Amino acid sequence: MIREPEVRASSKGDSGNVIALLGAWDIRSLEREARSLQRALRERGRAREVCWDLSGVQRLDHIGALLIWRAWGKVRPARIELRPEHAIFFANLEGTGALVPGRRGTDWLAPVRGLGDLMLEAVAHMADIVRLLGQMLIDSMVLLRNPALGPWREISASVYRIGTQALGITAAVGFLIGIVLSYLSSEQLKAFGADAFIVNILGIGIIRELGPVICAVLVAGRSGSAITAQLGVMRVTEELDALAVMGIPYTVRLILPKVLALAIAMPLLIVWSSGIALLGGAISAKLQLGMSVADFLNGLPAAVPIVNLWLGVGKGVVFGALIALVACHFGIRIKPNTESLGAGTTNSVVASITTVIVADSAFAVMFNDVGIALL
Amino acid sequence: MNEPARRPAIAPSIPAVIQIEGLWTQFDDHVVHRDLDLVVMAGEVVSLVGGSGSGKTTLMRQMLGLETPARGSVKIFGIPLQGSPARTLKKIRKRWGVLFQQGALYSALSVYDNIALPLRELRVFDEDFIRDLVMLKLDMVGIERRHAGKMPADLSGGMVKRIALARALVLEPELVFLDEPTAGLDPDRSDSFVRLIEALHSKLGFTVVMVTHDLDTLVSLSNKVAVLAEQRVLVYGPLEEVARTDHPFIHSFFLGERGLRALSAAKEPSSGPLVPAADR
Repeated sequence: MIREPEVRASSKGDSGNVIALLGAWDIRSLEREARSLQRALRERGRAREVCWDLSGVQRLDHIGALLIWRAWGKVRPARIELRPEHAIFFANLEGTGALVPGRRGTDWLAPVRGLGDLMLEAVAHMADIVRLLGQMLIDSMVLLRNPALGPWREISASVYRIGTQALGITAAVGFLIGIVLSYLSSEQLKAFGADAFIVNILGIGIIRELGPVICAVLVAGRSGSAITAQLGVMRVTEELDALAVMGIPYTVRLILPKVLALAIAMPLLIVWSSGIALLGGAISAKLQLGMSVADFLNGLPAAVPIVNLWLGVGKGVVFGALIALVACHFGIRIKPNTESLGAGTTNSVVASITTVIVADSAFAVMFNDVGIALL
Repeated sequence: MNEPARRPAIAPSIPAVIQIEGLWTQFDDHVVHRDLDLVVMAGEVVSLVGGSGSGKTTLMRQMLGLETPARGSVKIFGIPLQGSPARTLKKIRKRWGVLFQQGALYSALSVYDNIALPLRELRVFDEDFIRDLVMLKLDMVGIERRHAGKMPADLSGGMVKRIALARALVLEPELVFLDEPTAGLDPDRSDSFVRLIEALHSKLGFTVVMVTHDLDTLVSLSNKVAVLAEQRVLVYGPLEEVARTDHPFIHSFFLGERGLRALSAAKEPSSGPLVPAADR
């Protein structure tokens, strides 16, 4: 019969005070009563000149032994009765010294140092991306002489995954953006009686600016994170090393296809989602301003010089390549542990969206006098 | 000290720690286990061996409740894993410890936090107590204090195994599962790891179920061997008995060159004509 753990104090004539521990002192019983037992032990344990009688302990493990050991102040008491098979637990505990945690002083310069680290890291990222791009170009030189070695199959697969499979989501988002933009602008335009300019606003805004940026954000979130995670897992499982020892440059096999595929798929996606967004805008204009969809579409060529379309497509090529490069860069830097994988993927998406916006601003400054039709 | 210090806490009417009855495992049309029975008694060290694809790891995962067999029952401490209420299963899970093949240390936590995690989950002990206990366990598996703050990614394979063992033992389990305990360790480390498990087993008296390919580990640790072949437990018994069974897998596994070496090294004064003297 196994009994609950219990602390019992008594004074037996000549042997002085005796503290008897009874029952099962193992984790299964202590789980429920550790606190009260700890308290009972601490109260009783203060008394000096006592005999500890542990012969009534039916079961003992390290957790129970540690509870008792701590009540003794981590020294074996002078008088103790112990079952021989339980001695091992206290012997183990006796061998364990106390851990002295190393204390560190407050570092007042930590924020400054942190800022410096952050900037140095940003520079290191930049340098790494440039190095990656250079390495990829050097490795791809082989393909000029021997195009049959090219990763054409991988490129095609990536275009399918990144482009074709994203048609649905880009169309849905584009359509809604078109409706929202048209809806908001038409209210303002109606107030000025400038209804016809809805075509200019939507045409320039979507084809030149919103289409590329929204597509880039979607693709960065959807495919950029996937690329980073894929390369990161390949790093964790040593697949990248396996490629390296076989003499297959991973830049050509893994990164080049992604960069090319995104550079191909991105402009196509932009044309697609811009078209859908314009359609959404036209439908909204019909409902708000009574302008027929045919009129809207007929007005587009006059309102939007064709160069805007090329600008949008050109942005797509650049954004696509940038997203792929940033995603691959973060993927390769991932260290073999789960935390790094999660952090790397998050950083990759944030960095690629930021990069896209920065590149977009550069485009806006460079081409500020191109493709704006003045009436 | 050969006498186990702590008898496993199970009711005397149910002496079997693990009881598998009529177990079937099926992946589509492919039957892995057909009507498999296995009983592990308290205090035993049982090795599961078998060719690749014989379902050793699957069987172990079924004992752990990670996979559900197609048919049949798995009882741990007399409690069926299928159909028991979640509270009961939770109690069982506190009474076993598992050493995964790759250690399965939580890579986001330090060594110290990895071992402390199961204790903290109990929400019974204060941080001081937990620290003492973690240090004790680290001592028991022979890991120095200065490694306590390290992250699992910075550790060598042998240390990962030791720390994973410390984590598996921290709640004083009555049943310990070891999945390939010495895989990926060099012979020296593998030997010392086997000695460590042996010492802990003889001190603490837990029941061990392990899957292993390593004959040296098998010979030096286990007192019973279950051979999985032909979709069932082909032979189950002490090593000498198993090695004498006439079956192609057992021949190639135990009586190949490596097997003979391991067997003769472990059991020099072997009882019975296990190996012809000329071959030794």
